[in-house]
Amino acid sequence: MALADVCGLKSTDFQARSLGLSCSSFDLYNALESSEKFSIPFNIDPLENLKYFTEKDSNVKIHFDHGTTTLAFKFQHGVVVAVDSRATAGPYIASQTVKKVIEINPYLLGTMAGGAADCSYWERVLARQCRIYELRNKERISVAAASKLLANIVYNYKGMGLSMGTMICGYDKRGPGLYYVDSDGERLTNNMFSVGSGSVYAYGVLDSGYKWDLNVEEALDLGQRAIYHATFRDAYSGGVVNLYHMKETGWEFISRTDVADLHYRYQDEKQAKKK
Amino acid sequence: MSSRYDRAITVFSPDGHLFQVEYAQEAVKKGSTAVGVRGKNIVVLGVEKKAVAKLQEDRTVRKVALLDDHVALAFAGLTADARILINRARIECQSHKLTVEDPVTLEYITRYIAQLKQKYTQSNGRRPFGLSVLIIGFDYDGSPRLYQTDPSGTYHEWKANAIGRSAKSVREFLEKHYTDEIAASDQECIKLTLKALLEVVQSGGKNVELVIMTRGQPLK
Repeated sequence: MALADVCGLKSTDFQARSLGLSCSSFDLYNALESSEKFSIPFNIDPLENLKYFTEKDSNVKIHFDHGTTTLAFKFQHGVVVAVDSRATAGPYIASQTVKKVIEINPYLLGTMAGGAADCSYWERVLARQCRIYELRNKERISVAAASKLLANIVYNYKGMGLSMGTMICGYDKRGPGLYYVDSDGERLTNNMFSVGSGSVYAYGVLDSGYKWDLNVEEALDLGQRAIYHATFRDAYSGGVVNLYHMKETGWEFISRTDVADLHYRYQDEKQAKKK
Repeated sequence: MSSRYDRAITVFSPDGHLFQVEYAQEAVKKGSTAVGVRGKNIVVLGVEKKAVAKLQEDRTVRKVALLDDHVALAFAGLTADARILINRARIECQSHKLTVEDPVTLEYITRYIAQLKQKYTQSNGRRPFGLSVLIIGFDYDGSPRLYQTDPSGTYHEWKANAIGRSAKSVREFLEKHYTDEIAASDQECIKLTLKALLEVVQSGGKNVELVIMTRGQPLK
């Protein structure tokens, strides 16, 4: 098999049977189970064979890029989430209109960085788990629990090439919640996160303008500005800035602004200040 | 007629009974009494301690178990079954804390125990747990709770209840004497529990064990 050779897969013994990840008998027709597990060809050890993709100096030159800028920060009135919308495949801009914020449910948002398919699929699985929790326990799931569910799911596939750096944002009875979860199984909480190739630029702008006591307008402006500056300097970020505000009553989509418009707006502001 | 339908747990009788479950409830009625009372700021559990033989250390007979810092459990029925159930419930409490980062709510852990009991009424080759359980505690938001489960796997929330030997008469006593004023005072709740228990227990203080839980405080 040509593809198997290129990818450096050791074993070419593809049997008809497949191995479910966490159970012995795998039922393809069971929707409940099949969305939580993937079948892996028998006899192939995924950890052994997929490290060719994840290791840096391997012979395999198929490379996954993580070009993006996403950010989120907590402040006194909730959480601000801002993302860019560019998807790149190497030096080629595949799309300028990608939706990188995934609406898990009316009070939980997830951002997308890394593999788009990985993020959107697993966050949909998370949405399902959150809904089941809500029905069973008659109360909304907390942001801590939701992010833990996602982190545990993803940890099962650690080393197998999932690429995902997502921020789970929400508002629960403990107040605003922000967790960073990635495909290495990392799960952190903090007041401010930025993920992606442009995150370094965004952090610079965020750190210089951030206070807990911002008002809503200032916070939204800060988020938008940080993304703009990241798209300005980072080649792999661009397109439009999608801005969301997570409040006690749930999330609200604020605006979608082209970075070119922002560029001229900020330029005019600078000119006005000079005078 | 009934003897043909009471062997296997998984078989219904023609008039819709699961005899094994009903016999399990009989086993509960033979167990020593336990009383639970829920007040506004306090929950009290009283259990009847069986008389111990002269040479037996009475400390080893524990009828009240702590499931977590804020949940306690008393049972009536087969002690050995209770041990298993308590172990599983304790593990589930910690597991819940790990995945959800919140201590269990009373409803959740009661539901878990009830589900466990129900599973044993529907599987092959296993008999139901022969015990009823009273679960007390405070939820994360501070509200006191008292739940009761029985061998069939159902659970209900109560303001005051009794299980075990003479449960019926104790419950009647509680129904007569439980009022909202009593619930509002901690001391009155304790007194009510004691009085209810003394209705059915022979002589005095030696045979009664009382367990008190107040909001934010460990078990006393």
